[in-house]
Amino acid sequence: GVSGSLQHELCSADGSAARQGDEREEGLRETAMYGCGFSANDELKEMLESNKESLKLEAMKRIIGLIAKGKNASELFPAVVKNVANKNIELKKLVYVYLVRYAEEQQDLALLSISTFQRALKDPNQLIRASALRVLSSIRVPIIVPIMMLAIKESASDMSPYVRKTSAHAIQKLYSLDPEQREHLIEVIEKLLKDKSTLVAGSVVMAFEEVCPDRIDLIHKNYRKLCNLLVDVEEWGQVVIISMLTRYARTQFTSPWQEGVSFDENNEKAFYDSDSEEKRDETETKPYMMDPDHRLLLRNTKPLLQSRNTAVVMAVAQLYWHLAPTHEVSAVTKSLVRLLRSHREVQYVVLQNIATMSIQRKGMFEPYMKSFYVRSTDPTHIKTLKLEILTNLANEANISTILREFQTYVKSQDKAFAAATIQAIGRCATNISEVTDTCLNGLVLLLSNRDETVVAESVVVIKKLLQTQPTQHSEIIKHMAKLFDKITVAMARASILWLIGEYCERVPKIAPDVLRKMAKSFTSEEDIVKLQIVNLAAKLYLTNSKQTKLLTQYILNLGKYDQNYDIRDRTRFIRQLIVPNEKSGALSKYARRILLAPKPAPLLQSAFKDRDRYQLGTLSHSLNLKASGYQELSDWPAVAPDQSVRNVEVIEPCQFVYTLNLCVVSGSGSEESDEETSDESPKSSSQSGEGSSESETDQKKEKNKKNTDSKAKSKAVNRYAVDHLGVLRPPPPPTHTRCWMLSGLAVSEPLALTPGPEAGFMTSHPSSLQVTVQPFGPVKSHELLHHMSGKGLSARYHFPRQPFLYQPSMVQLQITLTNASDQPLEGIHLGEHSPASLTLHRFSPVERLEPQASVTVSMGIDFNDSTQAANFQLCTKEAEFSVSIQPAVGELLLPASLTQADFEKEQGKLLGMNETSATITMAEGHCSSAVLNKQVRSMANLGEVITGHNNTHRFAGRTVSSGALVLVTVEKREAADATITVNTDKSVMASMLLRDLKQALASA
Amino acid sequence: MIHSLFLVNSSGDIFLEKHWKSVVSRSVCDYFFEAQERATEPENVPPVIPTPHHYLISVLRHRIYFVAVIQSEVPPLFVIEFLHRVVDTFQDYFGVCTEAAIKDNVVVVYELLEEMLDNGFPLATESNILKELIKPPTILRTMVNTITGSTNVGEQLPTGQLSVVPWRRTGVKYTNNEAYFDVVEEIDVIIDKSGSTITAEIQGVIDACVKLTGMPDLTLSFMNPRLLDDVSFHPCVRFKRWEAERILSFIPPDGNFRLLSYHVSSQNGYPVGYRSLVAIPVYVKHNITFREGSSQGRFDLTLGPKQTMGKGVEAVLVSSQLPRGVLNANLSASQGTYTFDPVTKMLTWDVGKINPQKLPSLKGSMSLQAGASKPDENPSINIQFKIQQMAISGLKVNRLDMYGEKYKPFKGIKYMTKAGKFQVRT
Repeated sequence: GVSGSLQHELCSADGSAARQGDEREEGLRETAMYGCGFSANDELKEMLESNKESLKLEAMKRIIGLIAKGKNASELFPAVVKNVANKNIELKKLVYVYLVRYAEEQQDLALLSISTFQRALKDPNQLIRASALRVLSSIRVPIIVPIMMLAIKESASDMSPYVRKTSAHAIQKLYSLDPEQREHLIEVIEKLLKDKSTLVAGSVVMAFEEVCPDRIDLIHKNYRKLCNLLVDVEEWGQVVIISMLTRYARTQFTSPWQEGVSFDENNEKAFYDSDSEEKRDETETKPYMMDPDHRLLLRNTKPLLQSRNTAVVMAVAQLYWHLAPTHEVSAVTKSLVRLLRSHREVQYVVLQNIATMSIQRKGMFEPYMKSFYVRSTDPTHIKTLKLEILTNLANEANISTILREFQTYVKSQDKAFAAATIQAIGRCATNISEVTDTCLNGLVLLLSNRDETVVAESVVVIKKLLQTQPTQHSEIIKHMAKLFDKITVAMARASILWLIGEYCERVPKIAPDVLRKMAKSFTSEEDIVKLQIVNLAAKLYLTNSKQTKLLTQYILNLGKYDQNYDIRDRTRFIRQLIVPNEKSGALSKYARRILLAPKPAPLLQSAFKDRDRYQLGTLSHSLNLKASGYQELSDWPAVAPDQSVRNVEVIEPCQFVYTLNLCVVSGSGSEESDEETSDESPKSSSQSGEGSSESETDQKKEKNKKNTDSKAKSKAVNRYAVDHLGVLRPPPPPTHTRCWMLSGLAVSEPLALTPGPEAGFMTSHPSSLQVTVQPFGPVKSHELLHHMSGKGLSARYHFPRQPFLYQPSMVQLQITLTNASDQPLEGIHLGEHSPASLTLHRFSPVERLEPQASVTVSMGIDFNDSTQAANFQLCTKEAEFSVSIQPAVGELLLPASLTQADFEKEQGKLLGMNETSATITMAEGHCSSAVLNKQVRSMANLGEVITGHNNTHRFAGRTVSSGALVLVTVEKREAADATITVNTDKSVMASMLLRDLKQALASA
Repeated sequence: MIHSLFLVNSSGDIFLEKHWKSVVSRSVCDYFFEAQERATEPENVPPVIPTPHHYLISVLRHRIYFVAVIQSEVPPLFVIEFLHRVVDTFQDYFGVCTEAAIKDNVVVVYELLEEMLDNGFPLATESNILKELIKPPTILRTMVNTITGSTNVGEQLPTGQLSVVPWRRTGVKYTNNEAYFDVVEEIDVIIDKSGSTITAEIQGVIDACVKLTGMPDLTLSFMNPRLLDDVSFHPCVRFKRWEAERILSFIPPDGNFRLLSYHVSSQNGYPVGYRSLVAIPVYVKHNITFREGSSQGRFDLTLGPKQTMGKGVEAVLVSSQLPRGVLNANLSASQGTYTFDPVTKMLTWDVGKINPQKLPSLKGSMSLQAGASKPDENPSINIQFKIQQMAISGLKVNRLDMYGEKYKPFKGIKYMTKAGKFQVRT
């Protein structure tokens, strides 16, 4: 029924369409300017209108053939569009291809197909939904913008991640069709950025880059998620995300490049001594501490250097180049060199980037120098790039090897390349003073080469070299003057003339003779040579007018009537300058000083010298010009903007953002806003950063001014906060997101806990602070393997009570391996484990453990929230030992930070079956709050909830594996009695936890 | 990102165009043709060319230029890598990637390009997924399709696209379950005049052909994994496992794929005393001389095997670009045939197999242009060869295990060494 009527609708619509088409065709017939014959088109039309599917399909295939060849097939539009609702999927797809190609030209007719797509957007098959959106959004007809907008919004919350991905692509299409829609599209982007699917991530970041690359604030909350998803995103998405995060990081973190140690290869010494220097620096200047989020990005991108996709490898390489501390950048060298084995186009781009890098950091590529040796089969542009890199890498130690290699290149049959090599030799000669003479001699030898271009290039380079140290080289100048007759390349002749003129006082006998010869051949020389003849004449006139006066006048007369106006001008100018007469002004007095002034030597430097102003790996860098849409990489901020904007927690970010908001609107200092927030939510823990927040907010303010007006911003922020609360209920385990920050702090930057600029950040998270600091140090270590049974290997383990880096659902364990024997132990690693369902993260094998040495490794085990023992084998090269770990239930938790209100709210949801309680008599001395706190928290890894009561203590945590909430309440009664209540839906855990808590509090 | 694609053949005709956004006139290619004219060799066309409103990024494969039109900033490698992926896909679908094959299959090409990019951003580039969306043409299927009117286009979204293993389709079934791995190493060498090695590197790949039912989980371990110091993986390889245990653990894609590629160099970065040199499997004795004033030059070349662990060197082909002054070469080969092209001055000698007892040689004279002076440079010699049953780096697979499925697969591993860019300077 429905489809029938729709079909009818389509057909009637098509009727008018066909009529229009006929009119068009008539018009065409008159002009007859299209390549395909009408009979053929008529036949196609007939086929399309037939009842046979196979005929229609055949017709469509032929039409696609026409489109592919670039022939115009637009007049078939009415006949084609009729088939848009056809059931045959291949036919339908080909119609889509056609439609997208011609819709822009045939807007009215294209509209007829819209309803079909709108219907297909509701199809149960996700492929059909996605392709409908793809086509709909590709039809560039402004009238349907509202329909597209609606479709995009709906698809952005589709169940299928594939459809959501398509909607991210559609955002860009709509934006290019109608930039007015920007604000609405940003809303969709904001929503899609929160998407957790790896399929969507790359596409939405692409849309972000295209539509609103300046809205860096949208990234904050998704930063850690993007970092963590990165490895699993498809390769193209990886490239886009990495380059966006590079830009992001440069606005959010402080520079990891120490002050004083500039970004320059001249400081290699400092670079190698950096350890000792760092220590010294710390006492003098403020020590640099890397933001854990900065570290997270570096850590999570590094494995991608192993990608098979060259664009991904390059993206990581540029990220390290622009973001990593100086001594870590070389991590990318090997992978970049590996890319040189790829296709020639890849080589070309990679070599360009290496050329830029090798100027600043010779050390990075020097060990791989031989990978840049030129092969006779390389294309010319690859050869020149390799040459460039070799020249950049040259230093005192390797110059002899490089020059020997260059000697082979000079003889190359590819003369353009030989010429480039000569220039490279010249650069080596100026850069490394030890070899200047050797190079110069070599170049002089080349002057007798048979090949014109080689000789010419040599002359030009020698000229530049002589200019840098003209004192002792009159012999070479004489030699060149002798060769002059044989040299025909204009540039070379001009160079020799210039040299003779410049140093005419060193070759007083030869110079006038050369001028004499030149006067003879002046008319037949090329312009560039003529100019130099005039120059030479002028200089000689000034130094040796007796011999050359007549010659000079003769030459100036020739120049006066030359065809080239440049030469006429120059001649006139020179005559006025050197020949004194009454008309000539004050200038001629200074003629000598003007013409024979000592000239600065030309700088022979790399063509890639300034390329680093562009972000590496970009099109702009490759072209050495700013491509449209290029996003400038900002300089590091002097003071890092607030780090907590990246925290993804239910409450705190909102409060924080709110604080900011007030600052922005009222323009007041941070103290005031602090008061205001605490009014609003007295239990808020955001006594946020006394010292740092002021400057942060200031910065924020500045940024706001720059980016958007603050009103829009505050609106966006408010909406964000609401969204946040709305969307994140039930809240995801905060430990998951938080763990990165904590573990980052704990693992890579243990120093971060010393008071410093981070203090503000810590105080805003009292509960997390306690977790990190661990004042109760429950580092109870347990024996895993005794050295007697372990043939000398002993192992002890403890729970560091920190989220596990690699897999948030795993409990982190640290195992201390000690070699108690007198033989070194080799190859210590984890063997098989049971039960088979157990997932664990192995520690990286210990290659060798010396006698009496010990090493601590960390591993993760997913206990699946049960206290079932994990059994595995600890192996050395020789033996295997079965060991077993049975965790206490308290170790399967991670602290959660909740406010009292939230605690009560959550507790309210976990009543009945989910509540267990017991009354105990506490041991003496456990009654005081501090002790009680300590007892509970050493037993179980819970976070304290700050409450107003003295007699009620609340603790909250989440199970590591499933993230279920575990709430513990200890309520003191009269005397030493107390009630312990555990609320969680993990009932087994609850009873075990209760038992342990009873023990901990009751016992002495 | 990628606005349009033009395919240009060696005679400079555009034979296919495809646009993913609004149509870009093909006249934009004029800038490309200009660059092409300027280049002396087809390979010398710069891969990135700016034009007033667009940027052209091109790759050259199988004598076809794939020219992508870009409108704004994008990493050039992104485009280059994608274009190569397009070529690989065509090759995979049609067996060859020639102008004729593309023209014959223009509809499939269009359908592929449509799936591979959406709005210029890569959508599905994984061959397994594409093959579910668009079935590769075979003679049988073409016949069936014409008769029954069925199509090449899949109706469902490939499951792989959504799963955690996007590279593998589900429901794979084979009657014979087999997994073959080819370890292929190419050796790149520059040897100088005196016979000493200037650089030597090995570029190795492990190509797999896996036809296994279900969702097999494979582990491949090596006798000497330390050799593999610089590796890149197919996305299926579990990187962490490799880092920790030096074992390749992966759920394979179905069919042919490149599992990993690696790079072994003779340069720094290796522990002292640990394979500091790449073994060179053949040696060349040469004596090529031109004398000043004489119109004759001597040419004398002998090849011999070296460090091949007893394996035969096959399919040997020697080529050399002789200097421009050489008019003709009058040589005699002890085995195989040689040709000299007097126009391009290219000398090629198809040697075949090297017999260690009777070393192949090519001797004789070259005639030079009368009166011309002696060439500056001796020609360098490029050599191609193959050695079966051996990986020159010494890499050896230890074992292959399969988990997750019950049947016993048939497993096979083949080794081969080839000359890559093997160049001898004389």
